[in-house]
Amino acid sequence: MTFKAFAASRAGARIVGAGTTVAVVVIVELLIRGGVINPFIVPLPSAIVGSIPRIVAEEHVLQRFWQTTQEIVWAGLLLTVFGIGFGALLYRFRLLRMACETWVAALAAAPIVLMYPLFLVIFGRSATTIVMIGFAAGLAPVILKTVEGLAGTRRVLLDVGRSFRVSPAQQFRKILLPAALPAIFVGLRLGLIFAMINIVGVEFLINFGGLGQLINELAERYDLPGTYGAILFVILVSIVFFDVTERVERWLRPGK
Amino acid sequence: MTMDAMAHPRTRVALVRIAIVAAVLIAWEALAASGWLFRDVVPSLTAIGAALGRLLAGPDFYRNLGVTASEIGAGLVIGGLAGLATGILLGANRFLSQAFESLLLYLGPTPKIIFFPVMIMWFGVGAGSKIAMGAVSCFFPIAISTAAGMREIDRVLIRVGKSFRAPPWQMVTKIYLPAMRAPIVNGVRLGLGVAVIGTLLAETKLSNRGLGYLVIQAYSLFDMPRMYALLIVLFVLAIGANAVIGRLGGTDASNTPKAHR
Repeated sequence: MTFKAFAASRAGARIVGAGTTVAVVVIVELLIRGGVINPFIVPLPSAIVGSIPRIVAEEHVLQRFWQTTQEIVWAGLLLTVFGIGFGALLYRFRLLRMACETWVAALAAAPIVLMYPLFLVIFGRSATTIVMIGFAAGLAPVILKTVEGLAGTRRVLLDVGRSFRVSPAQQFRKILLPAALPAIFVGLRLGLIFAMINIVGVEFLINFGGLGQLINELAERYDLPGTYGAILFVILVSIVFFDVTERVERWLRPGK
Repeated sequence: MTMDAMAHPRTRVALVRIAIVAAVLIAWEALAASGWLFRDVVPSLTAIGAALGRLLAGPDFYRNLGVTASEIGAGLVIGGLAGLATGILLGANRFLSQAFESLLLYLGPTPKIIFFPVMIMWFGVGAGSKIAMGAVSCFFPIAISTAAGMREIDRVLIRVGKSFRAPPWQMVTKIYLPAMRAPIVNGVRLGLGVAVIGTLLAETKLSNRGLGYLVIQAYSLFDMPRMYALLIVLFVLAIGANAVIGRLGGTDASNTPKAHR
């Protein structure tokens, strides 16, 4: 394979992308060792990598990861129950939908996470505050996508159900819900991503809970390699989260 | 459908809306009067209204609004221009897109506020770190949206530009940017939303100026009516700005002939 053909291939591009990232890291390392970049502002990349076993062992990263995961799961359950429930309600009552849908869309644009001091007063400095912020931040897309999915059910499917004289509950369970499921899952995935972002963010801000708090604590201790290492870990977790939910979504989508 | 028949559901929708708002307000007031919750967690509407009036009448609010708005504006300019340039590069070049776009897509949905300690180290505790937070936040949606928009451009337009031998700069200003107005405006709308969040959260964490600082100050003083007033103003401003930019993209897109979209 010529170099040109290699560079044109997808794998070649990926290798160049990864290689560039490694090269940047190596250059930063050299610049810090050469005294061009202040090591008290940017720690050595090798020190960051070296700090990872330390923070895993000493800072209970796995427990923190589990704690954050639990918060995300709770927020996800709330999103599933209330988001899909409210979406179904809006679909069922057309007038309610016409009245509320623009409000929900506006809510999606609102900086909900800024309400965290309010949630702190209501729920205290606890996991409940974090879960509720995650839930509130992810609610709008779940509702909107649920309504969209249910409203997008093909007319012929509803007619088939009607000709079989299905009850409203059967119509919802056997026709509407399966037809809307792909759209609902798109909404749930968006909601979960928003919830995850806000949960880690609020953990950092209120210095409570799992991975977000770890970053805050290490930064307050001025443990620079540890702070950068913890940030890398959180990025890794969100990438895995993003990837897994995407795979599940693709798996659920018909005609894959 | 006659005008009457069209007006009818519309009035009914308006009535439902009024009923919902009234129900929420009455429930709120009842909750405030009931004493079930800690005092002041749900202050009465009159207390919130008075706090809102005081907030909007005093110079304090406008000074801090100015600080926050200029931080968000600077962040949006820096992050937006960087995002636009990155998006154009990735959208125009398949190889670069395959090499680097997954990095963007993966870093996009990470919580940006966790970079704040790093930004403090790099840019200090003042406005610099807040501007950086705004810039980092809005870079991703704008870059991703621009790159996707670049690939959607009608090939014919690009061929026209090339056949006129337009230099790269003219290709960008005369072909790419006008053809991508809708996705760029949409990217800026999303970017503004996250830049507002990034900047204000940074202000609540470590700052002595700005609206985020006012919110956290109201929290420390347990001045709940003032906190509600601040949050109401912030929500109105954020949702309003989002709607204005959205309309900008919407009308502009509908003004362009269909074949050129």
